[in-house]
Amino acid sequence: MKRPILEIRNLHARVGESEILRGVDLVVYPGEVHAIMGPNGSGKSTLASVLAGREDYEVTEGEVLFDGKNLLELSPEERAREGLFLAFQYPVEIPGVSTATFLKTALNELRKHRGLEPLDAMEFMTIMRQRAALVQIDPAFFSRSVNEGFSGGEKKRNEIFQLAMLEPRLAILDETDSGLDIDALRIVADGVNALRSPDRAFVIITHYQRLLNYIVPDVVHVLYRGRIIKTGTKELALELEAKGYDWIKDTAELEA
Amino acid sequence: MSERVESTDILDQLTSEDYQYKYGFESPIEEEIVPPGLDETIIRMISEKKGEPEWMLQWRLQAFRYWQQMKEPHWANVRYSPIDYQAISYYAAPKRSGGPKSLEDVDPELRRTFEKLGIPLHEQELLAGVAVDAVLDSVSVATTFREKLRSLGIIFCSMSEAIREHPDLVRKYLGTVVPPNDNFFAALNSAVFSDGSFCYVPPGVRCPIELSTYFRINARNTGQFERTLIIADEGAYVSYLEGCTAPMRDENQLHAAVVELVALAGAEIKYSTVQNWYPGDKEGRGGIYNFVTKRGVCLGDSSKISWTQVETGSAITWKYPSVILKGDNSVGEFYSVAVTNNRQQADTGTKMTHIGRNTRSRIVSKGISAGYSNNSYRGLVRINPSADGARNFSQCDSLLIGDKCGAHTFPYIEVANPTAIVEHEATTSKIGEDILFYCNQRGIDTETAVALIINGYAREVLSKLPLEFAVEAQKLLAISLEGSVG
Ligand SMILES: Nc1ncnc2c1ncn2[C@@H]1O[C@H](COP(=O)(O)OP(=O)(O)O)[C@@H](O)[C@H]1O
Ligand SMILES: [Mg+2]
Repeated sequence: MKRPILEIRNLHARVGESEILRGVDLVVYPGEVHAIMGPNGSGKSTLASVLAGREDYEVTEGEVLFDGKNLLELSPEERAREGLFLAFQYPVEIPGVSTATFLKTALNELRKHRGLEPLDAMEFMTIMRQRAALVQIDPAFFSRSVNEGFSGGEKKRNEIFQLAMLEPRLAILDETDSGLDIDALRIVADGVNALRSPDRAFVIITHYQRLLNYIVPDVVHVLYRGRIIKTGTKELALELEAKGYDWIKDTAELEA
Repeated sequence: MSERVESTDILDQLTSEDYQYKYGFESPIEEEIVPPGLDETIIRMISEKKGEPEWMLQWRLQAFRYWQQMKEPHWANVRYSPIDYQAISYYAAPKRSGGPKSLEDVDPELRRTFEKLGIPLHEQELLAGVAVDAVLDSVSVATTFREKLRSLGIIFCSMSEAIREHPDLVRKYLGTVVPPNDNFFAALNSAVFSDGSFCYVPPGVRCPIELSTYFRINARNTGQFERTLIIADEGAYVSYLEGCTAPMRDENQLHAAVVELVALAGAEIKYSTVQNWYPGDKEGRGGIYNFVTKRGVCLGDSSKISWTQVETGSAITWKYPSVILKGDNSVGEFYSVAVTNNRQQADTGTKMTHIGRNTRSRIVSKGISAGYSNNSYRGLVRINPSADGARNFSQCDSLLIGDKCGAHTFPYIEVANPTAIVEHEATTSKIGEDILFYCNQRGIDTETAVALIINGYAREVLSKLPLEFAVEAQKLLAISLEGSVG
């Protein structure tokens, strides 16, 4: 049996006075795709942020192991270099830094961490062209500032492009499907499917079941009020779609 | 809980680090300093010590009389405690300055100082093609590459020497661009200026090397009053580099330089500055007051003057390198990166005065503020009635690091000719925690992220610098970044 890439045990986290994660347990093995669903405000983005190391969130209890290492004591950049990638729900614009410069810097930081030589400009351009094709990114974007003036859909595709460039061990996609039309959704899904591999795991956060028609998950979880209240197969997503979140909320309240 | 999560706002850490001033040392060279205070006697003493002719003394005295009638201006967006002009010593000269003929004659202690500063004074740097007229405090100490320049008819020497050796040129142009009564600080400079650089490029000559001057404030309590005059005769070209750095100290020091540029018909002058005077500590104690008047005149048709500046130092920077576009078809440019951190204040920009027909000007200003600093762009584009077909384009961008600093833009536009086209664009961006976290999440640490963003942001201006200076300027940005990034 392989070692889990991610093990979350009884994770509690707060922002200011309010506790948002209230005991999350989740185990993800390499090669798996997990979907996390749940109504707005359940704590999905909070979970992603805590895993990525955002400072606003204070972990009050529990532990997280990433490939066996204590994730919570690593800085955000160390987590990234260890192979944790977050596709942001709201990607930011970086003024004055081209996508090419940004990704070259990021990729060479990862390579340095792994004891590899930095890529030269030619090697880098070759990889960039090849990965851009995966999510149909126009090479004209390489010289534009990161996300600056990009449409919502372009920003989301750019996140998947970065994922393809940085080749993480674990990729967390936070509502990458929201704001995408059906064509863009398909492009993103095809890109993700192409990047699935036995050593790489995905945690796909989504509000809707739609994306899961294209990226078929191994496991589906429902996060509600800071806890995973239900876990199932891809049929669970369909059931949620049909019955709505109220059904699961009622179940949760009955159990509570 | 891990320490990292408990640590407070990352931007607080970013902007609160002590500014490790790289060049904070004083060299123990003996200096000759006149007593503090300013009156006619002091001015006569300065002029006499420098062996100046009578006309120069009279010019200084006239400027002093103007200055006495003038009031210190306070319209800039900067705050500082009153300057006691009678507490300043107006002259300092290294003692053994009998006019060294070669590098071997230069005081070894002084040469060590220059080496610490990384100022190239040895053979390798000669090969690198840089002629250095190094100014330590007030007296020019060493000048190199003179022979080559002389063979082309180019005069490049200290202002003191120019006054002695080339009085006709100096009398013809000194004070024609920045008159002694132009403003309070120009009047003060005209009365007491210590030394500086003089350059004349004869008609049709392209100066084959970048001319450099390194300035350095060294004597305690000694104001700096550099005076620079550059003349490019018809069809001539010259590129001039000015870089400065000053040692760590507590008292505020006034630096009131005057730079005048004259471009005759078809001539081009490129003037580049990297300014890194001591900015004071993080509470704003100490640091240089950099109140400079820099102006060029495109006197002849089709002439061009280009100012490029990278301003990272000084407690207060107050300067507007400007161009008077007198000749038809003349071109004025201003490219600026001004970085302020901690408690630094900068009010800088340019004035483009269009007089000739089809004159063109371009302004690119990039302000970067961090810590509790304040950074203002102030610019004037004036199109006179005579300036048919004049054009201006201005781009003024501000970048904020954190939320305790300020950026301000004061663009003044006065158009008195209906055929003129004036365009102004401005943007404000912020490096907030969101952006830094995004970079961190891609494996890029905060310091690298800020350097990446700032270099990208300043690229258009840095690219205008001569290559070897651009590298130095990038390093300087990195040094000021070390102050803003934990
Ligand atoms: N930085 C924050 N400051 C204050 N409240 C927050 C912050 N981030 C999230 N929350 C709150 O935590 C709850 C969960 O938010 P979020 O994790 O964004 O949910 P989801 O992604 O599932 O929609 C919400 O009530 C939200 O208002
Ligand atoms: Mg969310």
